[in-house]
Amino acid sequence: MAETGKLEAKPVSFEDLIKWEKIKYEAPELTGKIETPCIKENASLSYKAQLYKGKDAIARLGYPTEGLIPNWKEKFLEKMDEMLKKYRSVRLFMDICVRCGACTNKCHYYLGTGDPNNMPVARAELMRKIYRRYFTPQGKLLGKKLTNSEDLTEEMLALWYTYFYQCSECRRCSVYCPYGIDTAEITMAAREIMNSIGIVQKYMHEIVDKAQYIGNNLGMIPDAVRNAIEFVETDLQEQTGLDIKIPIDQKGAEILFVTPSADFFASPHIESLYGYAKVFHQAGISWTMSTYASEGGNFGLFVHNYNNMKIINKRIWDASRELGVKRVVGGECGHMWRVLSSYSNTLNGPFDWLNPKYSIPQHICEFTLDLINKGALKLDKSANDEFTVTFHDSCQVARGMEMGGTASGQYEIPRAVIKACVNKFVDMPENTIKEKTFCCGAGQGLLGDDMLPIRVKGAMPRMQAVKVVKDSHGVNFLALICAICKAQMSKMFPTYGYPMEEVGGIHQLVSRAIVFGAKEGI
Amino acid sequence: MATVEFQGKQVEIDEDGYLVNLDEWTKELGEKMATDDGLSLTEAHWEVINFLRDYYQKYQIAPMIKILVKEIAKILGPEKGNTKYLYELFPDGPAKQACRYAGLPKPTGCV
Ligand code: SF4
Ligand code: SF4
Ligand code: SF4
Repeated sequence: MAETGKLEAKPVSFEDLIKWEKIKYEAPELTGKIETPCIKENASLSYKAQLYKGKDAIARLGYPTEGLIPNWKEKFLEKMDEMLKKYRSVRLFMDICVRCGACTNKCHYYLGTGDPNNMPVARAELMRKIYRRYFTPQGKLLGKKLTNSEDLTEEMLALWYTYFYQCSECRRCSVYCPYGIDTAEITMAAREIMNSIGIVQKYMHEIVDKAQYIGNNLGMIPDAVRNAIEFVETDLQEQTGLDIKIPIDQKGAEILFVTPSADFFASPHIESLYGYAKVFHQAGISWTMSTYASEGGNFGLFVHNYNNMKIINKRIWDASRELGVKRVVGGECGHMWRVLSSYSNTLNGPFDWLNPKYSIPQHICEFTLDLINKGALKLDKSANDEFTVTFHDSCQVARGMEMGGTASGQYEIPRAVIKACVNKFVDMPENTIKEKTFCCGAGQGLLGDDMLPIRVKGAMPRMQAVKVVKDSHGVNFLALICAICKAQMSKMFPTYGYPMEEVGGIHQLVSRAIVFGAKEGI
Repeated sequence: MATVEFQGKQVEIDEDGYLVNLDEWTKELGEKMATDDGLSLTEAHWEVINFLRDYYQKYQIAPMIKILVKEIAKILGPEKGNTKYLYELFPDGPAKQACRYAGLPKPTGCV
């Protein structure tokens, strides 16, 4: 008889445990306050991510294609062992948590759902329970009873799938942890362990595959990329009467510019492409985009599997060498910035042929600010007078590497560009910006429509902060530098009752303010 | 993966209601998907859907919204050439909803 004493409990299959169902969602009323919620057990247990069924793609990515493999337990523990050895930090994070609780109310998904498994420490405990049971002498000897651990069961695996896909790997929790425990690392390892036994989430892996084999996240073939860029070029020329070019695959250009493919497909992303092109035009520096390296964002970062991240990153590496450029500049993209600045050298080797005088890579905000400081860009702030602007620090930038060679560059540089383009700028409350920034709620593989219920909950802290500056200063433009943030926020604004048009990129503001003709100081 | 029965044939659709095999699309099927959503397709809707399908054949992806807006302005007049009008036609967003009725896959990326 089952432990609970229930007779005839219907056996549920693993597929049932993680079955995706459409769930109605509604945005909570905004109050401007971010309060720690009361614990609601299992509040977001039913929010699942869709599983990937694209067998060819899954095979290309190197994972089992038929769903959960029969000998999954054995493989799971093997893979976990490998992860613990390969990523020493993950093993360390298993051992050193003292359960002080400092991280508990720092995660936007916990704040939004009240589900205790979304407390960073509890999320990590899902892995620790298995760790203690199978990887410590006590656990091996005594089993789960005395060691606060768990057996590896289908129920446990379902909890993993649920809650490791309710983490956007934003690393906010690590800022508050006295030991610097980074739950994002644990999530990445957990996802890779699940991949290895055939539990492959759809949204992000479909995209990783497209980025590897077609060259960008949207799966745009070179002709489609060209068509989109040429459209923007023509439109720019019509608007300005100037011969503004967006060069494609041009050998010998000074700069290779890489940006998320969303920037030549979606709104409001595309508005920043207008801005980038105007900046390059005004600077008079030769530049090119690439149909081969037509993606900045590297979703390979979302799981601990350097192989996929490496293949995606190599496109940029190859293109910059083949085109013979001297600099690589990256557009408004959080994950690209993190991979290019922190991992690229280890993945594919250094960019030896680039000019070391400039940051490798250079962020478009740094590039633009440099021109502004040299007096090479003239900006008319009054062109943006209809806006009162605030800035959302994208977590992958804010908690990634410094920008422009100074420790706080990733906070100051984007703000300096905005302030050069607008008269009215105000920051959101201090505990929601810079290194303490809240994720938009859709990062690292959670942007799919299947995840909308959790996206709405996870966006709550950011939306509360937006409300504060809306009420106090009449903010009506949220400036962003990440394609996912743009997609997520332009969906969340209307969901929370604000106009979608109030969301856009920093270079959208630059685009409106730039004054052509003035050309000095380069 | 689910199937729906349509005109005596089993048609496969994914969890989000998009066609799995794009060549199974017919006009009537597009019509039915819209009716199920409580929408009746007018000529303006069809201009959008047809343009999406043509573009897709050439480029294997739906056009960006700006291209669509410009095209619609050409066909239906400049006063209809804006995003707002497209959202009036397809309240769930022209890219996603219209693509579904047109039998195209859902664009996914950072969008
Ligand atoms: S803050 Fe760090 S040490 Fe404290 S409970 Fe959270 S993860 Fe553990
Ligand atoms: S990394 Fe971000 S999403 Fe994940 S547990 Fe920490 S705060 Fe939450
Ligand atoms: S989507 Fe943006 S805010 Fe969210 S995790 Fe990524 S960079 Fe951070």
